[in-house]
Amino acid sequence: MSENLQSEIKAICQGSGNDRTKMMDIVRAVQEKFGQVSSEAMDIIAKFVNCHRVEVEGIVSFYTFLSKNPKGKVIIRLCNDVVDKMAGVGAVADAFKKELSIDFGQTTTDGKITLEYTPCIGMCDQAPAALINDEVITYLSTDKVKEIVADIKKHYDPSKLKHRLGDGNNADELVHSCVHNGLRKKGPVIFADYKSKAGLKNALAVSPVEIINVVKAARLRGRGGAGFPTGMKWQFTRAAVGEKKFILCNADEGEPGTFKDRVILTERADMLFEGMAIGGYAIGAQAGILYLRGEYAYLIKLLEKILKDRRYKNLLGKDILGKKGFNFDITIQMGAGAYICGEETALISSCEGLRGDPKTRPPFPVQKGYLGYPTAVNNVETLCCATRILEMGAAWFAETGSKGSPGTKLLSVSGDCKQPGVYELPFGIKVKDLLKEVGAEDAQAVLVGGPSGQIIGPNDYNRTICYDDLATGGAVIVFGSERDMVEIATEYMEFFVEENCGYCTPCRVGNVLLKKHLDKILAGKGEPQDLDALQELGESIKTTSRCGLGQTSPNPVLTTLKNFRQSYEKKVKKSPDGMQPTFDIRKALADAEKIANRQSVMFTK
Amino acid sequence: MSEQITFTIDGVEIKDKAGQTIMQAADEAGIYIPRLCRHPDLPPRGSCRVCTVFVNGKPQAACTQPIAEGMTVENDTPELKESRRNIIDMLFIEGNHFCMFCEKSGNCELQALAYRLGILSPKYPYFFPKKDVDSTHPDIFLDLNRCILCGRCVEASRDVDHKGVFEFVGRGIEKKIAVNAEADLKDTDFAATDKAADVCPVGAINKKRTAFSTPIGKRLYDTKPIGSEIEERKK
Amino acid sequence: MSKPKIATTSLAGCFGCHMSLLDIDERILKLIELVDFDKSPIDDIKEFTGRCAIGLIEGGCANEDNVHVLQEFRKHCDILVAVGDCAIMGDIPAMRNNIPLKECLEEAYLNGPSIHNPEKVMPNDKELPLCLDRVYPCHEVVKIDYSLPGCPPGADTIWQALVALLNNKPLELPYELIKYD
Repeated sequence: MSENLQSEIKAICQGSGNDRTKMMDIVRAVQEKFGQVSSEAMDIIAKFVNCHRVEVEGIVSFYTFLSKNPKGKVIIRLCNDVVDKMAGVGAVADAFKKELSIDFGQTTTDGKITLEYTPCIGMCDQAPAALINDEVITYLSTDKVKEIVADIKKHYDPSKLKHRLGDGNNADELVHSCVHNGLRKKGPVIFADYKSKAGLKNALAVSPVEIINVVKAARLRGRGGAGFPTGMKWQFTRAAVGEKKFILCNADEGEPGTFKDRVILTERADMLFEGMAIGGYAIGAQAGILYLRGEYAYLIKLLEKILKDRRYKNLLGKDILGKKGFNFDITIQMGAGAYICGEETALISSCEGLRGDPKTRPPFPVQKGYLGYPTAVNNVETLCCATRILEMGAAWFAETGSKGSPGTKLLSVSGDCKQPGVYELPFGIKVKDLLKEVGAEDAQAVLVGGPSGQIIGPNDYNRTICYDDLATGGAVIVFGSERDMVEIATEYMEFFVEENCGYCTPCRVGNVLLKKHLDKILAGKGEPQDLDALQELGESIKTTSRCGLGQTSPNPVLTTLKNFRQSYEKKVKKSPDGMQPTFDIRKALADAEKIANRQSVMFTK
Repeated sequence: MSEQITFTIDGVEIKDKAGQTIMQAADEAGIYIPRLCRHPDLPPRGSCRVCTVFVNGKPQAACTQPIAEGMTVENDTPELKESRRNIIDMLFIEGNHFCMFCEKSGNCELQALAYRLGILSPKYPYFFPKKDVDSTHPDIFLDLNRCILCGRCVEASRDVDHKGVFEFVGRGIEKKIAVNAEADLKDTDFAATDKAADVCPVGAINKKRTAFSTPIGKRLYDTKPIGSEIEERKK
Repeated sequence: MSKPKIATTSLAGCFGCHMSLLDIDERILKLIELVDFDKSPIDDIKEFTGRCAIGLIEGGCANEDNVHVLQEFRKHCDILVAVGDCAIMGDIPAMRNNIPLKECLEEAYLNGPSIHNPEKVMPNDKELPLCLDRVYPCHEVVKIDYSLPGCPPGADTIWQALVALLNNKPLELPYELIKYD
């Protein structure tokens, strides 16, 4: 076994050129091959790539799809995102437990199937959903669980699972997935008919500076949520001094409730890769990396084939489309289950084969990014917009949307609405109009921008979705009147507790404290002063956290405290006698009563 | 990089050369900005966030943020004092800090900051986490109950000692320091003479047979608050 | 007007904080001019005789009796002060907080290296208060108004705090008096 391990890992490392920066590929391959990255494997990897074994351990322990301990050949990862819970994942979870006779976090006694929970896998519009190894299974029900488990136990090969195929490229033999695009509304930019190659041709006909000027004239802003002007980002990267430059595409779509990039990657990958080439030309890069979240591994064969076709058509590679000296190619870097890697500097760390810790800014990625070279990191949708701008012109693009937010925005709508799915709508749409469109006019609350965004109530439904009002990376989650907003906020805090990197104090500890406060309130043990404590702590975490995660993670609490205060106030009451409502003498004495085999006489009730 | 930059901290005008961080410039001017993870011999990490200041109204870590012409820095404000207090409280409650028998007491930077901020007790509930103690090494023992994840030992061992004895493993609240071996510090090439053995701000990395050598009253922070040595530079 | 009353107790502590209180030396004469002592080991009054202005709590809660006494203090005192690190954070007794109670008891009474207990009998008289699953800092059981850190807090710290509280002044300790060891 050990010799086998040695030779297999040697081959894996050699396949990656024994390159330390390719660590993600190496550990992913070892995990896939052996179902774990064991202590022994860590030593072997460290030897071949010439690093310290504890570095390998640091990486393996960071990403949830990697593990030091053995996992089953089949890993069922049931999504327990808020939307999935609303869709009844509880019963599905119980069914899995029953059919497999194990609990979550456990592996069957034969070592073949592991059952786990995982945060949002980008399938909120077809929840409840699960990943079974790389396969996605949607619309789960208790009956379906029975079928799946019976099916899996026949072959232990998730790729052989029988299911209906989804629409569009989901039915392509390279994807072969039951995922549906759920594309409810096509807009003029991303999902309209477009002329492939036209954007790239137009780009290569002009100078890089002119491209940047066109993108600036279109006033294109980043679609990931922060809204940084794309033209400026490209200009800075172009202007920065560096032997090499890189363009990275952030396809680590992990914000709960966001799944619009999934549809772009399925149906518009050509447009995306074209945008990367245009951006590469504009900034002077020869290489681009698509950072694909581990949850979207089911798309990788399709994406690789499209890249291959583009190379064949000279849309990638040397002297692209005959443009002498413009050489550019794209590789795909797979993630391994870490929400934080959607933060652009954490994404760079991960591409470099490191723990997905955000980096210190300044220097910004445009100055010193991937491997220290100037790097532009752009969202999937942004790059698609760039392709269309180069095809159709800046003026055309700016015709749609609002003044400060030109163009369209892809919105992933899920939750308590009649028509969940992806909508391409012009920026500037009012929330109430959106709710009408998706069939959720009686919504109690809407989360715009995912948990790091804002949870608003009916008083705010006249507000508009755009960079100057309600900015969003695409997530819109609707909550009906029966939902408890304190519970929802607590669920989202749980997510941030699980997903923060732990680098800085306020985010690592503060989010746990927020969660504990909320649990206390939900347990009916909260007091009015707990609401002030939540507010103060939340603001403090936002002020002092190092990256965007901690600077926004208290938002579910702070925005519900503001907009749904009565939900909190109903749950808290002052302790009249100076006793701590959280102290539970019965629970505190349970062990001793059992050990001593007598009941307390001091505390009888 | 000899360009001269003028900016203010709490209204005091400061001149320094471009490329300096806010903290470096403040130190030279005799203005103390509280800090914890920062060690003068190691690159700044900006992980503890104690040194957060407002730069033109926006929060930034003073240890990593470069100075810029005309910037307005706020350091000594009630809001920042509260934020710093919160962070110190968090570090106390996420670990198990038993000062009364800790070898580092009196010389501990975490404790000293709490003293300086006048903290009588943390306002958050204690986590009482389960943490490891490793006393396998002949000259050093590790007590992770006291580790505040500042990363100094990681940087020092990797970049100064070129040994890579320490690294972070896990993430979020489960994040911790691990050693470059299957389990024990004794199986690494760590030595008491390493830089990494001297940089721990708290009592997590300790040299055996050296504890309690300074009598109470004579320890670093017994009578003078941490940061006094910087403030004494002020004319 | 009658003098305000003070009560004190030592829960899961070592009485070191009480020693420190006595360490105020001749100021104790001044103190008894200012206050009367109610329930306290200092005067051996076992039960509260009336309402107290200040309750000084040493030690955390390790067993049910500690909880009972602490709750009595909360009921009878206007101001509760957690005196010393044990009351504030459980401290040395709280080192057991990560070990299941059963293991702790077995180590203490059956298996420990210095134990001679050939009958393997665990003390279990009904008079013995039951241990809690872990040691609770006082503020986790009742509301605590002030904390005086230290192991123990110095006599000067206790004195200054008492004088401030008895005079309705804010509790502000100078740098030298805030110590955690």
